[in-house]
Amino acid sequence: MAVFSVNNFELKAIAACVPETEYCNLDYDLIPLKERETLIKMTGVERRRVAKFGITTSDLCQQAAEKLFAETGWDRSSIDILIFVSQSRDFMIPCTSVILQDKLGLPKTTLAMDIPLGCSGFIYGMSVMGSLLSTGSLKRGILMSGDISTVNCSFEDKSTYPLFGDAGAVAFLEHNPNASPVHFNLQSDGSGWEAISIPDGGMRNSASKESFDYRDIEEGVRRNKIQLTLNGIEVFNFSLREVAPNINTLLAANSLSLENLDYIILHQANLLMNESIRKKLKLPKEKVPYTLQKYGNTSSASIPLTIISELKNEISSKDLSLLLCGFGVGLSWGTAILKTSKVICPGIIDYKE
Amino acid sequence: MNIEEFIKNIETEFEDLEPGKLKPTSNFREMFDWNSVNALILIAMVNTEYDVVINAEDLRSSKTINDIFQIIQSRSK
Repeated sequence: MAVFSVNNFELKAIAACVPETEYCNLDYDLIPLKERETLIKMTGVERRRVAKFGITTSDLCQQAAEKLFAETGWDRSSIDILIFVSQSRDFMIPCTSVILQDKLGLPKTTLAMDIPLGCSGFIYGMSVMGSLLSTGSLKRGILMSGDISTVNCSFEDKSTYPLFGDAGAVAFLEHNPNASPVHFNLQSDGSGWEAISIPDGGMRNSASKESFDYRDIEEGVRRNKIQLTLNGIEVFNFSLREVAPNINTLLAANSLSLENLDYIILHQANLLMNESIRKKLKLPKEKVPYTLQKYGNTSSASIPLTIISELKNEISSKDLSLLLCGFGVGLSWGTAILKTSKVICPGIIDYKE
Repeated sequence: MNIEEFIKNIETEFEDLEPGKLKPTSNFREMFDWNSVNALILIAMVNTEYDVVINAEDLRSSKTINDIFQIIQSRSK
């Protein structure tokens, strides 16, 4: 059972970068206006940022990282680890973190690797980087997470197209022998892998000419096999079934209760689902911030993005106890409970070409 | 738990529904403009109010409001 605690590391700084172009779901004219309104009410997604064709997740993360270098004054030569959590890599080969090592001017002594997870990725990434920093041999790490999801969605698929936004988030983590332990509970269920997937283009089903053929799946759902498929009901039921028990197990393992925490930051999946989870956990509205309205579902960037967008002033001026929970594609899910102390948080920046 | 209360909960969730129109024998697909969004709203309400998870297969195999109510009843603790 992956319930564990990691000592001796802390979150020092956090920033995010989003594309400038904003799409408004009220303008989504594939479906009638009335249906658009219902969809916005249910998903919570009013607006979302969409990257220009050719802009990658690593481009967004790079600008957020540059912002943090400027704000923290960290020397690039002091970086030991770079982890890039994403499902939208720059190239099939090689992995993106290594390219970023060079682009960011990090030393060749940097340990760089990708973690290809989505909604749960920020939590997983933090657990891996935290563990590497824990011993003190490695001192500083850059954790990047995010996705360009919009490029994988068919305009003619109302079950995916209006949900996703693009974003890249960056966190600077540092070894600190006086840091409070960070608690994790990480889980996986591969039996549900098809619920959120892109069928073709990997090694199992190589891309062929047929992969690009559009098919009618149902009313308002038309896509090809290199585009994202999402089974809303399955994902919904998975989240209602697994998220609250995962959180409760971690709280119990550390003799904590939700009252001990200042904020609970959930992956921004969709409003109806997140609200159901919030009610299940009996959490007051003011403890559960949202950014779905402004940014949509931004995959592994959604948790840091929500912290930056909604808690910027508090996290940079106060000590906070936070619970973060990511859940979705994989199926993969996990919770982290951590204490933060005056985190450097310059905010969300727009991508500049 | 009774079916009248279940119908009330549905009426609260779906504002367009005329109160009193929905009956236990009503075919839920005909009562409200049935689509995947409405399915999710129904699933969320059932989960919040009854702590029961109904899935896609349950909805496929159900026809009336009472069919869904029977599933909820059989699964609630």
